[in-house]
Amino acid sequence: MSVGEIRVAINSDQDIVSARQKGRVVANELGFSSGDATLIATAISELARNIVSYARKGQITIRQVNGLNRRGIAVIADDEGPGIADIRQALRDGFSTSGSLGLGLPGVRRLMDEFEITSQLGKGTTVMVKKWRP
Amino acid sequence: MEVPILKQGAFLIATFQAALSDADLNQLRMGLVQQVVKFRSRAVIVDVTAMDVMDSFASRTLREIAHMIRLRGAETVIVGIQPEVAFAMVQLGLTLEGVATALDLEEGLAYLNEKFKTTN
Ligand SMILES: Nc1ncnc2c1ncn2[C@@H]1O[C@H](COP(=O)(O)OP(=O)(O)OP(=O)(O)O)[C@@H](O)[C@H]1O
Ligand SMILES: [Mg+2]
Repeated sequence: MSVGEIRVAINSDQDIVSARQKGRVVANELGFSSGDATLIATAISELARNIVSYARKGQITIRQVNGLNRRGIAVIADDEGPGIADIRQALRDGFSTSGSLGLGLPGVRRLMDEFEITSQLGKGTTVMVKKWRP
Repeated sequence: MEVPILKQGAFLIATFQAALSDADLNQLRMGLVQQVVKFRSRAVIVDVTAMDVMDSFASRTLREIAHMIRLRGAETVIVGIQPEVAFAMVQLGLTLEGVATALDLEEGLAYLNEKFKTTN
């Protein structure tokens, strides 16, 4: 079975909720356990909130990924916001430029199996995460 | 989205729904504190059984609610964190330190009734 690509425009806090709900649906369709679906939905929530908080708008794309002999889910969060000056710093637990907990990015990294981030100042940020089905 | 707040004696019970947005959570934070003041409540039970995701914003809001309510001399008990949600919270690095938790509504009420035996 394969699921098409799902794209959710992120413009407001309400979109955070719909993005994570859609992520859960796709995770279920791909055969993830409900525990894993919760991890995936939580990661989507953090990535979508970062878009709203720092870039105001962007999008979340959710799709199936196929490995050699495994299947998984990919979530891509991208925006054309201000970008991140120091990615290493941003990935550190507790680092926040908004007085928040600074757990979003490092937490998402722990919730998912693969984590890639690219960011350019003034151009935007793209975070791609994957989780493989056990 | 409306979060029902039920008054039960000296306690308030707020039941969270699955799909609360940040705006809903902010509104709830103000609403709860206002109700605590209005009814001179001794404690608040926040039932999160229906919540499918507890992310950094939601847990920070819960901590703030508990803190504000404590400043009013009342107590907050969070009940019903689902096992899967708890697991995700740990992975994310979230804690609800300093906030009382209980398994479910029944245990939360039992805990508070014991604590406020003489006054409620
Ligand atoms: N999409 C983005 N665009 C620009 N900056 C970002 C973006 N995402 C994260 N950042 C920067 O990286 C920092 C760390 O992000 P992270 O999500 O880990 O923590 P936070 O959002 O500050 O706090 P929390 O997520 O715990 O509420 C942010 O404070 C912000 O400066
Ligand atoms: Mg964040």
